[in-house]
Amino acid sequence: MFSETTQPLWALVPSLLAIPLILATARRPNLRETWTLLAALSQCAVVLSMLPWVLEGHVIESTLWSLAPDINLSLRVDPLGFLFALVASTLWIVTSCYSIGYVRGTREKHQTRYFASFACCLTATIGIAFSANLLTFLLFFELLTLTTYPLVIHKETKAALSAGRKYLAYTLPAGLTLFGAICWTATTAGNLDFVAGGFLSTKHGTAETLQLIFLLFMIGVGVKAGVMPLHSWLPSAMAAPTPVSALLHAVAVVKAGAFGVLRVTGYVFGPELLRDIGAWTALAWFAGITLTMASLLAIRQDNLKRRLAYSTIAHLSYTVLGAALLSPWSWTGASLHLVFHATLKITLFFCAGAIYVNTHIENISDMAGIGRRMPVTMAAFAVASLGLVGFPGINGFASKWSLALGSLEAGQGVFLGLLVLSGVLNASYFLPIIHAAFFKTNPAFDRVAEASPWLVAPLVITATISIVWGIAPNLGAHAVDLAMLIATSVTGEHSG
Amino acid sequence: MTWSQLPILTPVVLLVGATAVLLTGRIRPSLAHRLATATCASCFAIAIALAVQVHHHGPTHYALGGWSPPIGIELVADTLSVYFLLVITGIALLVMVGAAPAVERDTPGRSAEFFAISLIFLLGLSGIVLTGDLFNLYVFLEISSLSAYTLVSSGDERAGVAAFRYLIVGTIGASFYLLGLGFLYSVTGTLNMTDMAMRLDPAAIPVRLAAVMITVGLGLKMAIFPMHRWLPDAYTHASSTATALIAPIMTKVSAYVLIRILFFVFGTSMVSIDLPIAQAIMWLSVAGVLVGSTMAIAQTDLKRMLAYSSVAQVAYIGVGIGLATPLALAGALLHVISHATMKCCLFLVVGAVELQTGNRKLSSLSGIGRKMPWTFAAFTAAAVAMIGLPPTGGFFSKWYLVLGGMATGEWWVVIFVLGASLLTATYFFRLLESIYTRQSSELAPIKEAPLAVALPIVILGLAVILFGLFNSRILDLFLRDAMPPGLVISG
Repeated sequence: MFSETTQPLWALVPSLLAIPLILATARRPNLRETWTLLAALSQCAVVLSMLPWVLEGHVIESTLWSLAPDINLSLRVDPLGFLFALVASTLWIVTSCYSIGYVRGTREKHQTRYFASFACCLTATIGIAFSANLLTFLLFFELLTLTTYPLVIHKETKAALSAGRKYLAYTLPAGLTLFGAICWTATTAGNLDFVAGGFLSTKHGTAETLQLIFLLFMIGVGVKAGVMPLHSWLPSAMAAPTPVSALLHAVAVVKAGAFGVLRVTGYVFGPELLRDIGAWTALAWFAGITLTMASLLAIRQDNLKRRLAYSTIAHLSYTVLGAALLSPWSWTGASLHLVFHATLKITLFFCAGAIYVNTHIENISDMAGIGRRMPVTMAAFAVASLGLVGFPGINGFASKWSLALGSLEAGQGVFLGLLVLSGVLNASYFLPIIHAAFFKTNPAFDRVAEASPWLVAPLVITATISIVWGIAPNLGAHAVDLAMLIATSVTGEHSG
Repeated sequence: MTWSQLPILTPVVLLVGATAVLLTGRIRPSLAHRLATATCASCFAIAIALAVQVHHHGPTHYALGGWSPPIGIELVADTLSVYFLLVITGIALLVMVGAAPAVERDTPGRSAEFFAISLIFLLGLSGIVLTGDLFNLYVFLEISSLSAYTLVSSGDERAGVAAFRYLIVGTIGASFYLLGLGFLYSVTGTLNMTDMAMRLDPAAIPVRLAAVMITVGLGLKMAIFPMHRWLPDAYTHASSTATALIAPIMTKVSAYVLIRILFFVFGTSMVSIDLPIAQAIMWLSVAGVLVGSTMAIAQTDLKRMLAYSSVAQVAYIGVGIGLATPLALAGALLHVISHATMKCCLFLVVGAVELQTGNRKLSSLSGIGRKMPWTFAAFTAAAVAMIGLPPTGGFFSKWYLVLGGMATGEWWVVIFVLGASLLTATYFFRLLESIYTRQSSELAPIKEAPLAVALPIVILGLAVILFGLFNSRILDLFLRDAMPPGLVISG
C-alpha cells in the first residue's frame, strides 16, 4: 500500500480528504481547524518521505487511469516537481496556523468555505507539481484557477468581486490558450509526457509553428506567473485576505505559473529546441523587462500588499529568466528561487497581515514607527526584505548568485546588469519601510503590541528558515542538490 | 445466451406503461407517478441489458411480426443505438424520480396524463434509435414530436403559442424528411437502412436532393442555426419537468438520426466529398454556437438562458458531425452524453428553484447557493462542464473535437472552441457569482429541495464529473464500436 509508486497518490490524499471533513464540521470551528492542520502535517510528511528516492535519482511514477487514447492520468515525482510540492506543502502548515489566527482575529465570515477552498487549492497545487504529462497538468492547473476564485472574492466586497472577475478574465483565457497549445502538441507530437530535456524537436514542425506553440504555452502559464503584460490581475487579487495572498499569491498560484514555465521550457521544448527556434531570447527579454518594470512600479505603491504584489511579479520573473537562459547555473538559480522566494515573500505577507489585524493599517505611509511596537514582526520583515534584495546570509542571495552565474554562463551579461539593477530597486522599495518603521515614532501606536502568537510564530519560523538556508542552503530539504539535479537533467550539463 | 427480443422490449414496456399510467390515474392518481417511474426504471434496466448483449454478441436484429427485412421492418440494436438508448432512458429515469410535486403543481389534476404522454414521448425516442427502417423512423419521429408538442403546451400561459410554433416548425422538418425519403424510395425501392446503403448511387440527382432535404428536415428538429428560433420559446414556456425531459434528449436524438443517415446510409465520402453537406452543417453549427452563446448572455430569465445555451451546445455536436473525422465524431458523441447530463441537471435545478421559491428570474437567485447547498453544488459542477473546464465531460468532448479538427488541418477549431468557451464562461460565472455571494432577505425561509428532487440533481452533478474523468471508458466501451464504417479511432 505504501510502496514507492503509490506515494505520489498518498500525497494528494490528505488535502483531498480534508475537504469533506472541513465541510462536515462547519459548526465546530476547533475540530474543523484540526482537520486543516492534520492534513497539512501529513501532506508534508508524505512529500518529505519521498526525498531519499528523489535524491537517489529515482523518478517515481504512478499511473491512475487513461484520460484519452494514449494519455493517462498519471503522477510523476521528479526533482522539480518534488521541490515545488515540498515548498507548497511545508508552507501550507505555517499558513494554516497563520490563517487560524488571522480569520479569528479579523472575524472573517464564511470561514468553512475559506478552509475548504484552501484544501482544494493545495490538492490542485500538489497535483500540478506531480503531473506526469501536459493533460494531467492542465487538469490540475484549471482546478487551481477554479478553487482559488472563492478565496479571491472571499470578502465579497465590491473590490473583491471585481478582483475576482479580473482574475477569471485573465486566468480563464490563459487556461484555454494552454488547452489550445496542448491540443496542438498532442496532434503534432502524439505524446504529452514530460521528458527532462524536452520531447519536441525540429521534426515536429517548422520553426514558425513551434514558435507559435511556444507563445501559446507561455501565454497559458505566463498569466499565473505574472509575466508582463499579463500581470495586472495579481495586484488586484490582493483584495483577498492576507493569508490567501500569502500562500496563493506568493506560493501556490503564482509559483504554479513559474513552475509551468520551467516545465514547458525544460520538459516539453528543451534547451536544444529553444535555441534552434530562438524562442529563448524573447522569453528572457520579457522576463528581464518584467523584473525591472515591476520593481519600478513597486516603488510607487503605497498599499503594502500591492507593493508586495509587484515585488512578487518581479521575483517570479527571476525564475522565468533563469529558465529562459537555458544554462546549468541559470536553471539551478531558477529552481532555487522558486523555493527561496517563497519563504521570503510569505514572511512579508505574514507581516503585512499581522500589522493589519492589529492596527487595520494597509498603507506604508501610515506605518512609520510600527517597528518599535511590533519589533519581532518588523524584524522578520527586515530579514525577508534583505533576502529579496540579495543580502548575503539570507537565502535569496544563493538563488540570485546562481542566476548571476547563469547569465554569465549563457554569455548574456546584460541580464546580470538587470539583476543587479533589480537588487538596487528592491532595496529602494523595501529599505524605506524598515527605516521608517524603526527610526520614526508615532504616538498613535502607543497601545499597539505584537499580534497573537498564531500570527507571530509562523512569520518567525519562515524568517528563521530563510536565515538558516541563507547560511546553509542545502540543509534539510537538500534544495541545492535538488536544484542541481534539475539543472543537470534538463540541460544535460553539470553546473559548478 | 442472446435475447433477440430485447430491442422490442423497450417500446413495448413504454406503451404498456403509458396505458397503465393513464388507467391508474383514473382510479388512484397518486400511483400514476410511481408507475411511470417504475416503467422508466425497467426501460433503463432493459437498455443496460441490451448494451451488455450488444457488447458481447454484436448488433441484435429483431424482425417485427416475423417479416424478415428488407420486406418487413426490423429493429437493429448496435452500439450507436444502445449508447443513445442508455442516455434517453437514464435521463428519463432521473427526471421522473423527482417529478411528482412539480407536475402536480403545473398540471393539477392531470398529472397522470402528463406522465402517460411523457412515456409515449420516450417510446418515440427509443423507437427512433432502435429502428433499422427509414419509414418506421419517421413514424417514431412523429410520435415523439407530437407528444413533445403536447408536453410543451402544458407550461405557463404562453406555452400554447410556443407549442404551436414548435408544431409548425417540427411538422415542416418532418415533411422535409418524408419528401427526401420519398425520393430515396423512388430510386432504390427499399426502406431498410442497410439495404438502402447498398443500393444507393451517390451520383444520382434524386439521391443528392434527398440528402439535402433530409439534412434540412433534421436540422430543423435539431435546431441548427438558423433553424433554431423555435427552441428558446418552447423550452422557456414549457413546464419545468417537460423542459428537463425534452431539452436533454430530443435534439440529441435528431443528431443521432443525422449521424445514422449521413454516415451509415449515405456514407462518409458522399456527404463530405461528393456533396458539401458536412461542411454546411459544420459552418452553420459554428454560427449556432456563437449566436446561441451570445444570446444566452443577454437573457434575464434562467430558463431562457439555458435554452439559448442548448442551441449553442447542440451546435457543438453539429460541429463534430460536420468535421467528419473519427475523433471529432467521438467528441460529438461524447458531448451527447455529457451535454444531456449537464443540461438535465441544470433544468432540474431550475425546476427545484421554481418549486422552492416560485421564481426563476436571474436577479432573484442571489444568495440562493447557501440556501440550497446540494442542489447548487451540482449546478456548479454542471456549469463548469458547460464552460468546458477539466475534469468534466464537457472538457473532454471539446478535447476530442479540437484534436479531430486539427487532424485534418482545421486549426480554426481551436480558436472557435476558445472563443465559445469564453462566451459560455461569461454567463455562467456571472450567475455563479450572484448565486453564491449576494444576500437577499426574501430568501430567508427557502430550504433545500426535498430528497426525491435533490437526489437526481446530485447524481447528475456527479455524473458530469465522472463522465469526464472516465471518458476513455465511454470511448472504449461505446464510441469505438459506434463509429460509422470507414472511420476508426486510433490509439
